[in-house]
Amino acid sequence: MTAEPFTTEEVARIRADFPILARTVRAGAPLVYLDSGATSHKPVQVLDAERDFYERLNSAPHRGAHALSEEATAAYEGARERIAAFIGAQAQDVVFTKNATEALNLAAYAFSNSPHPGIPGSERFTLGAGDEVLVTEMEHHANLVPWQELCRRTGATLRWIPVTDEGRLDLATLDELVTERTKVVAVVHASNVLGTLNPIETIVERAHEVGALVVLDACQSVPHLAIDVADLGVDLLAFSGHKMFGPSGIGVLWGRRELLEAMPPFLTGGSMIETVRMEGSTYAPPPQRFEAGVPMTAQAIGLAAAVDYINELDIKRIHAHELALVDRLLAGLATRPWVTVVGPTDLESRGGTVAFVVDGVHAHDVGQVLDNAGVAVRVGHHCAWPLHRRFKVAATTRASFAAYNTVDEVDALLEALDRVPQIFGVAS
Amino acid sequence: MDLYQELILEHSKRPQHAGLREPFEAEVHHVNPTCGDEVTMRIHVTGEGSEAIVEDISYDALGCSISMASTSILAEESIGRPLTEVLTTYEAMKAMLTSKGEDPGDEEVIGDGVALSGVAQYPARVKCALLGWMAFTDALHQSGRQAALTQLEEGTS
Repeated sequence: MTAEPFTTEEVARIRADFPILARTVRAGAPLVYLDSGATSHKPVQVLDAERDFYERLNSAPHRGAHALSEEATAAYEGARERIAAFIGAQAQDVVFTKNATEALNLAAYAFSNSPHPGIPGSERFTLGAGDEVLVTEMEHHANLVPWQELCRRTGATLRWIPVTDEGRLDLATLDELVTERTKVVAVVHASNVLGTLNPIETIVERAHEVGALVVLDACQSVPHLAIDVADLGVDLLAFSGHKMFGPSGIGVLWGRRELLEAMPPFLTGGSMIETVRMEGSTYAPPPQRFEAGVPMTAQAIGLAAAVDYINELDIKRIHAHELALVDRLLAGLATRPWVTVVGPTDLESRGGTVAFVVDGVHAHDVGQVLDNAGVAVRVGHHCAWPLHRRFKVAATTRASFAAYNTVDEVDALLEALDRVPQIFGVAS
Repeated sequence: MDLYQELILEHSKRPQHAGLREPFEAEVHHVNPTCGDEVTMRIHVTGEGSEAIVEDISYDALGCSISMASTSILAEESIGRPLTEVLTTYEAMKAMLTSKGEDPGDEEVIGDGVALSGVAQYPARVKCALLGWMAFTDALHQSGRQAALTQLEEGTS
């Protein structure tokens, strides 16, 4: 059965859970928030969960034997279980990080020129001259710059899969790009600009033929699509909490167990150790090996509450709802010849973001006019500068959707957009 | 919208003194990394100390209407004027843009720059309006005219 978008009444009920959506901006315009791809708003259920932790359980988990610490540990590890289940994973394979950027850096910093003497199997994470790391031209800087740096440190070579004019990965040369030299393929699941959903299975199949690891940036897919890590077949997967109704300050790195076990640590210090002597240290098993310092306990609990919230809404319906909004926006933009969509113009393999340019007007100016009408969108290169260079545009305007957005909000965007050619005197 | 006064739209559509010219003592390239706006700027300044004259500011810019207009106004208001006066204009522009709307700008000092006063209400856009000016002061540094800038800092501190 195909999932249905939310009804008007259902969206109204969802919106009531997000107090911020009731506010006005600038000169009293109702807020039309179409920037959930940057960060989503938080329902009261998430805010309450965080507050409840601080009011009743606040203490450092995995430390001390007092009652509060035990309860905090149980809440923290319980949150890990719920978040893991949400992506079809086991709790022990889920590592909490500060954000998705840190999760991807954790993956990149696992690699070095030589194996870690204290971690069996870590030769899997060695890299040197002659080895290659493959990314794509549509990566967010968070899944590009760490790999550039890794190549610089190790002498490996960075290569990339190009993007077609339609905003899809050009996989025609995949077999030439992925070779015996390829050790890592780092790719985005859903583009944060184009909205494209990439064919991960195809990439995984080819990468695994040559023994390369696949690292997936799932920031724009986990909040919007039913994800099962086993089905995807990737080796490591990163996402952030704040884009899926969760708090800021928490991200996740999921990894296949045997890989996490063979991975050298990234941030080191308290609570990630097994034994420490002046001469050297040994490390805890995953996920603790990758969680140095007192963890972000309230955020983990908040993120678990966000997962519960999404489960209650049904993520399949969230996706259907967002696609219906994308469909309406694409149809509206198609009737405005002065607008060019950057990315796929159909719903095939698509997520809930739409990027476009108004011919002859800079995205910052477009965003300002929309903002004046209370419509919040993202403008700029969205941390995907090479992708914008690829399309020969300095910046785009991006609308991105969440479960709480309405058809009326899409229309408000289109209506406000019509003021742009008037103000800037370009042909409309 | 108050922000987009006719003068700004005029300048951004028809940037004054655009294009890169010779002679020049320094060429700089500045970007606004949050939005990708870019400007390449050359300056030609003759004379020393209080006698210094801004002979030419030439540039190649890509950006939003605010950054384009601001750079155009910079060139228009500065070319042919004593450097000390241009730096006074810079200080007045900066003060207006960072005043959160409290300083409406003095047309006597900043000329067409007053059209940018609305930018002060939008903190995210202040950088756009200052991009060309940042390039200009950097170019002064690059061409060995730190003294003029130092005097300016001492005068205002």
